[in-house]
Amino acid sequence: MMRPIIEMKNVVKSFGHFKALHGVDLQVKEGEIVVVIGPSGSGKSTLIRCINQLEEHNGGEIIVDGAEVGHGRKSTVLTEVGMVFQSFNLFPHMTVLRNVALGPVRVRGLSWAAAEDRAERLLARVGLGDQATKYPAQLSGGQQQRVGIARALAMEPKVLLFDEPTSALDPEMVGEVLDVMQQLAKTGVTMVVVTHEMGFARKVADRVVFMDGGRIVEEGPPDVIFNAPRDPRLRSFLQAVLSH
Amino acid sequence: MATNVEALSVMSIFDTFLNWKVFVQTLPLLLSGLTTTLTLGVTAIILGFIGGLVLALLRLYASSPLRQIAVAYIDIFRSIPILVLLVVIYYALPFVGLRLSSFGAAASALSLVSAAYSAEIFRAGIEAVPKGQFEAARALGLSPWRLMSDVVLPQALRIVIPPITSNSINVMKDTALASVVAMPDLLKQATQAQALAANPTPLISAAVIYILILMPLVRLVGVFEKRLAVRGR
Repeated sequence: MMRPIIEMKNVVKSFGHFKALHGVDLQVKEGEIVVVIGPSGSGKSTLIRCINQLEEHNGGEIIVDGAEVGHGRKSTVLTEVGMVFQSFNLFPHMTVLRNVALGPVRVRGLSWAAAEDRAERLLARVGLGDQATKYPAQLSGGQQQRVGIARALAMEPKVLLFDEPTSALDPEMVGEVLDVMQQLAKTGVTMVVVTHEMGFARKVADRVVFMDGGRIVEEGPPDVIFNAPRDPRLRSFLQAVLSH
Repeated sequence: MATNVEALSVMSIFDTFLNWKVFVQTLPLLLSGLTTTLTLGVTAIILGFIGGLVLALLRLYASSPLRQIAVAYIDIFRSIPILVLLVVIYYALPFVGLRLSSFGAAASALSLVSAAYSAEIFRAGIEAVPKGQFEAARALGLSPWRLMSDVVLPQALRIVIPPITSNSINVMKDTALASVVAMPDLLKQATQAQALAANPTPLISAAVIYILILMPLVRLVGVFEKRLAVRGR
């Protein structure tokens, strides 16, 4: 039994009067691929944004790699959590290479030479070895998102969070990003992926978590979730997203 | 007859306002004034830039007492007329034992006010950097200082180039106010030369010099704005 790398206990998050998370419990084990699905506004993004404290939760506990996070704690454990954003959020004034090398230099204390070495290797791995000297704006959306993945990987994180990584992409570019993520899943890195790509969830996930109304409604292996959904909300959600 | 009178008056306009001999005689005085004006302007622009950046960061990110002070500073120094501030610094401060040279007084007044305006420009620039940039920097684990220096400020500075240049032009023009505290700047030297030569040509010359110095900057703002509009998606 592998130890949990993320433990969320009764996590509550509100924005003013709106409650985005109503006491969520979630455990993610080392090396596990968890895919979070659910309708928009169900709290999926809020859930993973709480894990790396882009949103601070109002109640409950979040423990990452054995250390509790949030509520003003200054913890270095969050540098073990990498994030890939829906809108890429690459740094537009830096070359692709520097985008990837920046974190290792500033946070891990690598020299620029060593960090750029690592960045080149990672860019090659996501199929962008020849784009290192370009600026983000010169790349397609799919390429930018692959840089985003390389940037997160450069920190050698223990957990990778993906916040709808293909939602801002033109349809023909979704595949190249999902391919990279699938490759990544085989390397044993822990991944928590919020996505609407049901094909990816079915193929890659160890466990699928369905959220609705700020709660985890149902979770289980993809076979069970997709072939034998129990909760009526999950059933109608799947009907809606799989019917076309 | 009528044409003669016209010819005479045209002659006297040239003699009075565009008198070559007076121009040549007073040019050295004007150029020394120009040097002073440029030194004063550049000093105030640099100090205002640094002060503005610090104030903007305090206003955005400092905790309560410091932030309130920054807000109060910015509001007060944007409301006070520079001329009034200049007179207070030069004529009133000596009563509390702080005696500044005319250059010191003028540079202080211009920098204090320019810092307040620059602060608002920087604040707008920092706020114009997309939220996702802050989040990406935080997700990488960059310290607040690195987040600013590596990610946010380089982008914010690019955004504020046109308004900061505009503000610099205003500072340059406001240096003319320093003539009231006996600062030998371009305007002061021109009025001096006008009195000596009993002819307003030096004033016209000064006006032309101001325009020659500042018009390229004014054009530059336009170029920057166009370039930013093209690059901004």
